[in-house]
Amino acid sequence: MPTEAASVEARVRHYILENLLFSDDGSELPNDASLLDRGIIDSTGVLEVVMFLEEAFGIRVKASEMLPENFDSVNNIVRFVERQRSVA
Amino acid sequence: MKDRIAPRRLLHEALLEHGADPVRARRTAVVVEGQAYSYAELLDRALRLAGALRQRGVQRGDRVAIYMDNTWPCAVAIFAVLLAGGAFMMVNPLTKSDKLGYMLDDSGARVLLSDGHIAQEFLPLLAARPALRVIASGKFPEGHAIEAFDVVTAAGAPLAAPSATIAPDLAALIYTSGSTGQPKGVMHTHQSMLFAAGSLIEYLRLGPDERILCALPLAFDYGLYQWLMAVQLGATLVLERSFAFPAQVFARMREFEVTVFPGVPTIFAMLLSAHRGEPLCFPGVTRVTNTAAALPDEQALRLREIFPQALIYKMYGLTECKRVCYLEPELLEAKPGSVGKAIPGTEVYLRSPAGGPVPPGEAGILHVRGPHVMLGYWNRPDLSAQMLRPGPLPGERVLCTHDWFRMDAEGFLYFVGRSDDIIKTRGEKVSPVEVENALHAIDGVHEAAVAGVPDELLGQAIRAWVVLQPGVALSPGQIRAQCMKRLENFMVPQQIVICAELPRTATGKVSRKALLEQLPG
Repeated sequence: MPTEAASVEARVRHYILENLLFSDDGSELPNDASLLDRGIIDSTGVLEVVMFLEEAFGIRVKASEMLPENFDSVNNIVRFVERQRSVA
Repeated sequence: MKDRIAPRRLLHEALLEHGADPVRARRTAVVVEGQAYSYAELLDRALRLAGALRQRGVQRGDRVAIYMDNTWPCAVAIFAVLLAGGAFMMVNPLTKSDKLGYMLDDSGARVLLSDGHIAQEFLPLLAARPALRVIASGKFPEGHAIEAFDVVTAAGAPLAAPSATIAPDLAALIYTSGSTGQPKGVMHTHQSMLFAAGSLIEYLRLGPDERILCALPLAFDYGLYQWLMAVQLGATLVLERSFAFPAQVFARMREFEVTVFPGVPTIFAMLLSAHRGEPLCFPGVTRVTNTAAALPDEQALRLREIFPQALIYKMYGLTECKRVCYLEPELLEAKPGSVGKAIPGTEVYLRSPAGGPVPPGEAGILHVRGPHVMLGYWNRPDLSAQMLRPGPLPGERVLCTHDWFRMDAEGFLYFVGRSDDIIKTRGEKVSPVEVENALHAIDGVHEAAVAGVPDELLGQAIRAWVVLQPGVALSPGQIRAQCMKRLENFMVPQQIVICAELPRTATGKVSRKALLEQLPG
């Protein structure tokens, strides 16, 4: 559902901008940019993102899912959340 | 290595030996993102880059900045600089533009080696530094005087003549946070680093068949030494960019059968938390090491569930001498809370602030004596004199750590506290003054004070107390956003308290102690 995906994206972007980039300038966060490359997340930052996703979307993230393909960009995070919600 | 007669005097001699030995040359030196590179490839690339550095003006003793992520080019660069006769200077890739500029100027680096993906930080510095040569890996914006790492190392001729380097020459400048707010370059020679690597190898009981994990930044001396030790041994480094994606690190540990796991308390806390959700077990790991901040005994013992075959080492050190002490892993239960004794070939003793002896069981300031002690701080004889004190022999200098320890009757050391205000967060040293300077640079901030507060995951979290100028409205989020532009992410305060004024001491200085006392938790 595109509208739902858009809202996941908006919430994820808002969270990262506000809590990891401390910015309201959306241009600082391209959806396909590697969060690790840009220094936006690190080992504790990724845990903050996971806690946010679990709370905001009612999903459960396993340690074995903490991979770059699930968390290294806004797009990857949105796809991961969508997949989790569709199996829930 | 029974066939060797010549002693190793320089850090890179081991690489030359492995490259010249037909068996060892084929062994894997490093695995990066799952790709293995042999000692022959490492030596070839390093000699080509060394040749290129020489062509670009690097001479014996010159500094070369390595501002890179944990990548294959970074692993090559460290040895290339040494082969060319230079001293490498590691810069954490999270470093922002202004601080990088300071370090380039302070060190007088002739060449900057970096990654394209952090070009936005180094590009603004180039115009004012036309003599600085830049070589970058990966993709970077066109239209600048930047050379591509791959082109330089593939096309360039290997270094023809070896450098005339001798053991007391500078091998590395390792910048560390200081209480003055500006980072200072710790000078280490080939002699001090080769000695330290050998001492660590000895007490960790490492051999040539190790697969050593490194997910700590190579820019951090704890990470750097994993690579230096691997090359001394002819062993394999399994290099990961970070612990941000633990599942990836775990998969790589299994695939490449990692035997040595170096971590810091934040990483061990995360491992134990993941283990509670989905049990983890790495029976192939035979050594687990901790340093940078104290590992609680209870956590150390629980790590045995994850690493059932491993010797667990609690250690303590500082960049100024690499490592001070370690606890023999067999004594983990017998000596709770202790970080053990001096590393092989060195000694430690406690002194009172007046310089007198300290009886067993009482707190004193730890002093370190041995060939691993730094030469001093680059360009800072004043700060060097504070740390390096006269030793027992005429002209000798020992390292005064300024950290308080107790020593029991058997000579085991117990950390008591620091005598400065340095914050330890996630195992990184953070100068409160450096964070305060960044806060003071924000428009609308009248004054600020910064201190560490206890935090379960980070060890210490950074809290800032900020007084705004009259009529200014800045939110904690806006203040943190400004800090992000100047500070490495781990230095940005997690907590910001806006207040009307800061408490002062009788002499008018802001009192961090009073701030910590007046606020709960």
